[in-house]
Amino acid sequence: MFQLAKNFFVFLSQVTKGNKYYFAWIGFLSLLVLLGLITYIKQLDNGLIVTNMRDQVSWGFYISNFTYLVGVAAAAVLLVVPAYLYNFKPIKEIVLFGELLAVSAITMCILFVVIDMGRIDRLWHVMPFIGNMNFPSSLLAWDIIVLNGYLAINLTISFYALYKMANSKEYNLQIIKPLILLSIPWAVSIHTVTAFLYNGLASRPFWNASILAPRFLTSAFCAGPAIMIIIFQIIRKVSKIEIENKAIFKIAELVAYAIGINLFLLAAEFFKEFYSGSVHLAPMEYLYFGLHHHNNLVPWMWTAMIFNITAFLIFLRPQTRENLFTLNIGCVLVMTGIYIEKGMGLVIPGFIPGTLGEIYEYGPSFNEKMITIGVWAFGALIYTLLLKCAIPVYTGELRFYKPEGSVGNQ
Amino acid sequence: MKSKKDKLTRRNFLKGAAAGTATLALPVGTSDASVWEAFFQKHFRELNKDEVADVIKRLEEEYKEKYKKDVKVKTTDAQPGVLFSYGLDLSRCIGCRRCVYACARENNQSRDPQIHWISVLRFEQGEKFVSNLEEADKYYYPEKVPEDGHFYMPIACQQCENPPCVKVCPTKATWKEPDGIVVVDYNWCIGCRFCMAACPYGARRFNWAAPQIAKEEVNPDTHYLGNRPRYKGVVEKCTFCIQRTRGNPGRYPACVEVCPVGARKFGNLLDPESEIRYCLEHKRVFRLKEELNTAPKFYYFFAT
Ligand code: SF4
Ligand code: SF4
Repeated sequence: MFQLAKNFFVFLSQVTKGNKYYFAWIGFLSLLVLLGLITYIKQLDNGLIVTNMRDQVSWGFYISNFTYLVGVAAAAVLLVVPAYLYNFKPIKEIVLFGELLAVSAITMCILFVVIDMGRIDRLWHVMPFIGNMNFPSSLLAWDIIVLNGYLAINLTISFYALYKMANSKEYNLQIIKPLILLSIPWAVSIHTVTAFLYNGLASRPFWNASILAPRFLTSAFCAGPAIMIIIFQIIRKVSKIEIENKAIFKIAELVAYAIGINLFLLAAEFFKEFYSGSVHLAPMEYLYFGLHHHNNLVPWMWTAMIFNITAFLIFLRPQTRENLFTLNIGCVLVMTGIYIEKGMGLVIPGFIPGTLGEIYEYGPSFNEKMITIGVWAFGALIYTLLLKCAIPVYTGELRFYKPEGSVGNQ
Repeated sequence: MKSKKDKLTRRNFLKGAAAGTATLALPVGTSDASVWEAFFQKHFRELNKDEVADVIKRLEEEYKEKYKKDVKVKTTDAQPGVLFSYGLDLSRCIGCRRCVYACARENNQSRDPQIHWISVLRFEQGEKFVSNLEEADKYYYPEKVPEDGHFYMPIACQQCENPPCVKVCPTKATWKEPDGIVVVDYNWCIGCRFCMAACPYGARRFNWAAPQIAKEEVNPDTHYLGNRPRYKGVVEKCTFCIQRTRGNPGRYPACVEVCPVGARKFGNLLDPESEIRYCLEHKRVFRLKEELNTAPKFYYFFAT
C-alpha cells in the first residue's frame, strides 16, 4: 500500500518538471480557469439570470458545448478499433493518448452539465442509489450512467496500461482486452444516448427526426479524430515520442469518410425538410435563411457549411491529406465546422420557434462565455497534466523500478 | 475591461464565494440545523407522515422569517374519484389578461423577475392556430380589448394525462397526482430544465433568479405542491390552483373566478353532473396538438 502511494507521488511529481513554455502554458490555463471560476461564483450567487437563456430558449451555450464534447470523447473509440481489432501497429502505440483525451473531454462534459443546473446543491438527487433517478424513463438518467461509465472505463484502461509500463512490464492485454472491447460499444452508446436526449422530444420537431443519432455519430467521427491529429503533432514536437506519419494519415483517411457521410446525411435532412415544406421546416429555415427577420445563426451556419465542404475536399484528395500543412488546415476547418453545426446549430433551433410560436433570439452572454472558456481551459489543463505524467512513462524515462528490481508491487 | 478586473479584489471574491454557497443552502460551516435538514430532505413522496410534518414545520418557519407573516403550507391529498379538467370558451375570451395577473397573485409567482403561468396569445381573424402557433402574438398592448378582427387563446399547463415533462425528468421531481394534476416538488427539482424542453405547450417556468414578492403581496394560503413560495433555480407551472381545488367543497381556480366573461370552466371529469362534463357533451371541443398524444385535460371550445 505504501509502495503504491509512493509510486503515485513519483508519477505525480512529473507535473512539477518542465521548461518555461510548459509553465507558461499551465499558468495561462490556470488563469482562464480562475476567471471562469470567479464568473461561476457570480452565477451561483445571482442564478442563471446572468446567462442569456430564458424560458423560451432554456438551454444554450453550455449544453451546446456539452453536446460537441460528447462527440470528441466518443471519437477515442475510432482509434481503439483499428488498433486492437486489426492490430494496426502505428495506431496502437498512440491509442493511449486518445483515451486520455476521452477522459478530459468527458470531464468537461460533466462540468458543462453541472454548471447548467439550477441547483447544484441537489446534485446528489441524480446519483444512483442515493438519489431518486428516473431510470429507465428519463434519457438524462441514462446519460449520467453512460457518461460516468465511459469515464471509468477509459481511466481504468489508461491507468492500468501506464502503471504496468512504469513497472517495466509489458501490460497484459488479456486483462484489459474485455474492457477495451467494451469501450467500443460504450463510446457509441454515450453518443447515441446523448442524441436520444434530444431526439425523444416530440415537442421539438427539429430534434424529433430519426436522422439525429446517425448524424451525431458521424459528426463525432469528423471532429474528434481531427483534434487527435493536431494533438499528435504537438506531442511529437514537444516530447521524444515518435508518432509515425503513417498513423496520422490513416486517421485522416477515416475522417474523410466520416465527413462524406456527414455531408450526405445533411443533404438528406435538407431534402426532406425543404421538399416536403411542412410547418416543421421553420427551425431549418431559421438556421440557414432566417425566420421573420431573425437570423443570428445564419452566418455561422453557412460558415460551418463552407468549412465542412472545404475540409471534405482536403481530406478526400490524398495529395492534400498527406501533406501536413494542408491536413492541418483541414483539421481546423472541420473542428470549427462541426463545433458550430453540432453545438449552437443543434441546440438552439430546437427552441426556435418556441412551442407557442415565439422567436427569442439567443446568443451567449459575457458570463456564459467566460465560464465556458474556463471549462475548456480546465479540460486542456487536465489533458496537459495527464500527458505530462504519461509521456515519460511511455518513452521509458519514468520507471518505478530499475528493470532488474523487485517485481512485487504491494 | 480593466476597471472590471480591478473590482475583483480578493475580498470581493471571497465575499462572492461565501454568498454563493450561502444562497444555495450548502451546509458549509453552518451550525443552523435547518440548513442541513433542507439539504438532506428526501423526495416528497418518500417522506412518511412524521417527516412531512417536520418538513412543513421547517418551511412555515422559513417563510415566516422571510415574509414576516404566517404562511400556511398544506399537503391536502387528492380525493378519490376526482380527475380535474378545464374548459376554455374561445368565443368569449376578450384577451384582457385578468387571469394572468390573478394567477400570479394567487400562486405567489415572482414579480421580479416577472413570472406568469398563463400566456394569452392573440391572433388576427383567419390566422392559423391549434397545431401551428407561429402566427401567434404574445406581446400585444392595445388600449382596449377586445380588438376588432382579433381573437385570443390563453394557454397554461394542459395537465396532460400522458405528460412528456414527467417522462423526461431525471429525478422524478415532477409527477402526475391521482387527481390528474401534474406537480413539482420544488425541494427536489435540480433545475436541469429537461422538462421545459419536453413540454409542447410552453407551460413550465424557471426561476432564473431568486423569486421576489413583496411581503404584503404573499398569499399565505398555500400547498406544498402548489403555490408556496419557490426558490431560485427550480421549475414551476400551473397546478390548477391545487391549494383551492383540493377540498370538500373545493374552490374554483383563481383564473376561473376572475374571468369577467365566464370563459373559463372547471370541474371533475368523473362527475357526470359537472360543468366540464356538460361542455364536453354539448359543445364541440378540441385540444391542442393532439398529434403528440399528450392527452391534455384542457379543452377549448366555441360556445357560440
Ligand atoms: S402542458 Fe407541459 S407542463 Fe403541463 S403536463 Fe403537459 S407537458 Fe407537462
Ligand atoms: S428541471 Fe426539475 S422538474 Fe424539470 S426535469 Fe429537471 S429536475 Fe425535473
